[in-house]
Formats: sequence, C-alpha cells, structure tokens
Amino acid sequence: MDTVPLLSVEGVTLRYRTKEHLVTATYRVSFKLYRSDRFVVLGPSGCGKSTLLKAVGGYIQPTEGRIQLGNAEVTSPGPDRVFVFQEFDQLLPWKTVKENIVFALTASGKLRRPQAEERAMHYIAKVNLTEFASSYPHTLSGGMKQRVAIARAMAMEPQILLMDEPFAALDALTRAKMQEELLQLWEETKFTVLFVTHSIPEAIRVGNRILLMSAHPGQVRAELNSAGADAARIHELLFGAADHA
Amino acid sequence: MLERPEVFYEVSTARLDVVEKPLSAWEKLYDNGAFRKTVLLLMLAAAWELYATWLNNPLLFPTFSATMGAFFASIASGALPQAALYTISMLLKGYAAGLAIAALLTAFATGTRIGADLLETLTAMFNPLPSIALLPLALVWFGLGAGSVIFVLIHAVLWAVALNTFAGFRSVSPTWRMVGQNYGLSRAGYIARILIPGAFPSILTGLKVGWAFAWRTLIAAELVFGVSSGSGGLGWFIFERKNQLLIADVFAGLLTVILFGLAVENLIFKTIENRTVRRWGMQS
Repeated sequence: MDTVPLLSVEGVTLRYRTKEHLVTATYRVSFKLYRSDRFVVLGPSGCGKSTLLKAVGGYIQPTEGRIQLGNAEVTSPGPDRVFVFQEFDQLLPWKTVKENIVFALTASGKLRRPQAEERAMHYIAKVNLTEFASSYPHTLSGGMKQRVAIARAMAMEPQILLMDEPFAALDALTRAKMQEELLQLWEETKFTVLFVTHSIPEAIRVGNRILLMSAHPGQVRAELNSAGADAARIHELLFGAADHA
Repeated sequence: MLERPEVFYEVSTARLDVVEKPLSAWEKLYDNGAFRKTVLLLMLAAAWELYATWLNNPLLFPTFSATMGAFFASIASGALPQAALYTISMLLKGYAAGLAIAALLTAFATGTRIGADLLETLTAMFNPLPSIALLPLALVWFGLGAGSVIFVLIHAVLWAVALNTFAGFRSVSPTWRMVGQNYGLSRAGYIARILIPGAFPSILTGLKVGWAFAWRTLIAAELVFGVSSGSGGLGWFIFERKNQLLIADVFAGLLTVILFGLAVENLIFKTIENRTVRRWGMQS
C-alpha cells in the first residue's frame, strides 16, 4: 500500500459562531488517510465529527491547523472531495436519477454529456437501480435515494468520498444491507472513503481504521484498526468505564 | 409464563372472490373531476335560465340564453374579440415589465444585505396598497392612456413576484446549496441550476398571485376610463354597454372576463405546475 498519505489533517481546531456563543467543535485533531482507506470517525453526538467532515469538504475553514489533500491545502469545496449527506433531500428533486448524476459530472466540467450519460448508467447499474434511472427521486424509498447519492458520488471518481452518517436515517434492515453493498462496491473499486458515524457496530463493520473522538470539544481519543476491534472496549474508551454496566 | 406451541399456516386465496376487479362505467365517470364540474355548470346554467325567465326583466337580469346570444353576436361583430385582444396585450406588457423589475430587485436582494432590506421594506410598504388606488396619481403622471395602465399593472405584479421569489430563494434547502458548491458550480450556474428550480414552488405562487392581481387591476382600470384613441379593453366594453342599457352584453363581457381567468389558471398555470413542481414531488 501507498506510504504517502492522501489526506492529512494536522492539529485542526474548528470554531463556529451561534447567536450567543462561540463554539469550539474540535480541538487539535490530527489523523492521516491513505489511499483505499475506509477511515471511520466515530464519536458521540457533539464531538464535532460532522463539522470536521465539512472542513475536509472545504465548507468551513479551520481556525488552527492544516488540512491537506495530496500536496494542496483544502480551502474551498471541490469535486475532488464528493460528499454523501445523511439527508434524503441531497438529490435534486427536479432531476431524474440519471439526470442527477449527469448534472454532477457536467456541472463540475468532468465530462461532456454523452460520456457523462454513459458513466451515469454504469454507476446506476452498480447500485442496482437501472430500472429506476428515469424516475424522479420522490418516487424512491429512502434506501434507494441513498444508493443514488452514493452512485452520484462514485461516478465523480473523486480522490476521496466523504460520507456523513449516510445510513443514519434508514431503518435497521436497510442499513445493514447498505453497509454490505458499500463494502462490495469497495471491493470492486477500492475507493478511499472518510466515513462519519455515531454507531459503534457500523464503524467496526464499515471501516478498516477507526478514529475515536470525545465530545465538547471533539478531541482524538484513539485510532484503532477495526479488524479484531471490540465493541465493549470502544464503548469504554468513548464513555468511560463507569458508564458501561 | 405459559408454554405455547408454534403455529404455521398455509397461505391460500382459493376462496377469496375479489383480489382486483374493474370499476363500473358509472364509478369511473364519477371519479372524473371534469365530468362532475361540467354537470355542476349545466345545473347552474339551468337555474339561471329558470330564474331569469320567471323574473322576466331583461334590464336587470337577462336569461342565460340571451347572454349567450349576446356573447356570440359580440364575437361575430368583432367587438368582443377586439376588446379582449386589447386587454390581453396590455396585460402582457404590464406583466412582462413587472417581472423584469422583480428580477432586478430580487437579484439585488439576493446579492447584498442592504438589497434584502430594501426589498423587504418596499414590499411591506407597497404590497398592501391596492394598485387601483395609484390610478389617479398615474393619470397625473402619465396622462390618459397606456402608460398609466402599465404603471398600475407593474405595481400589481412586482411585489407579489419579488417577495415570493426572494422568500423561495431563502428557503432553498441547505443540502442542495452544499451539493451545488460540491460540484463546483459557478455563481450564475448556481442561481440557474440550484436556486431557481429549488425555489420554483414559491416562484410559481408569486407568478399566479401577480397574474390574479394584474387581471383584476386591469379590468378595474379600464372601467374607470376608456383608453385613448377610442379602443378600449374588456372593462371599457362592459362600461359602455351598461351606458347603452345593453345588459345582456354586459353579462357577455363579464363572462369573457371569467373565461379568461379560468383559462389562464386552469390551462396555463396548471400545465406548468403539472410539468414541474408536481412531477418533481415538491408539491402534491
């Protein structure tokens, strides 16, 4: 495997302002991602993991520290880091499944229309939605919408996929199935993904490397390999021994 | 706890008589909205005819058949189509001018904070002001003619459209905004491909409200004064026929106003709605 990190986050502190407070979301967080990593950021709500992901996406600037993708510093959103959000409304409702993907490819200037359509159909087939290619998003179920969002992100063939609790709004059965499918897609294309979740089993299942974060403000607690990881121990690291009966 | 055996059943529909059965012709007909409304209209026309015949006073209330007679006679003589055409052309001019100004104001409001404040203040001030109340002033400024009418039409259209469009832009989902940024859209591309379609339900509402205001205002303005050079619109047609005590013609004029209103609402706006926000599931 490559020994040069694809993404390096060094001592990143993130702050944002609400109407009454200045909130520190994460404090001096560092980690490195290598090519084909399935890197999971795991932590309780309020640990700033979503804010951290948005900073990697380029939506928020760190007040301290650096985020580097390859040799370039991340300063703004861009199609080399494609987001999959938790919300079902990330698909544009005025476009069909196929048009949503074609839109992403053409708007970013990645491909011209005929090639974009070809690639869109290829990735739609990958997530088993070929017969729904010309359906509008509101006619799909939640799981199908997330599959389209994943297909759209993968069709961009970005350097890194950013997934912000993409399965959190799904029912348990669909979620398990989606995790399975994601791993299968990874087997096929070995993409690099940064995956945020608050579910310990999901982190162990989806990731190969897990970053544990504590809350208020978010700080790195541990960085583990998920092979052989023990859910009870992770729980203890996150919430302390006393909490864990 | 009570020990119970596990139970398994055979699933069978052998004795079920209906799984799916076509509806009868009458049930299908009654489900059709257009059919139900046509029946209602026919009943209303019949009631009108009966009451007017019983009243027997064509100066106050002509019969339905007399109104239809006057309607077709006015169409044949060309007076009604000419008046309607004139009204429509005025309306389109005023509507287009109102939309253009609304687009400018909204662009300014979207781009800058002071622009947003300006739009909000102006809308709060002028939206409650009925356009027709500006007509006397318009007559002083622009004289008796098309200029005054277009001025009040702009006022009727502008605020409804600008306010709804701006509110629509503001309520565009943050996720869509982030998606737009993620794929590196330019500023203009962002407005055209994310903001406008995302705000389309609101924009459409603005267009409909603006149209309704403009239509009412225009007919009212035409009733107040005939437009220069002897050619007036539908409002003037109604006013003139009343002066000549041609009451059936007055009813025919009113009917035309209603028909145009219905046509625009049910044909034009309904079609746009069905092809856009309904198909997209943004409005049920």
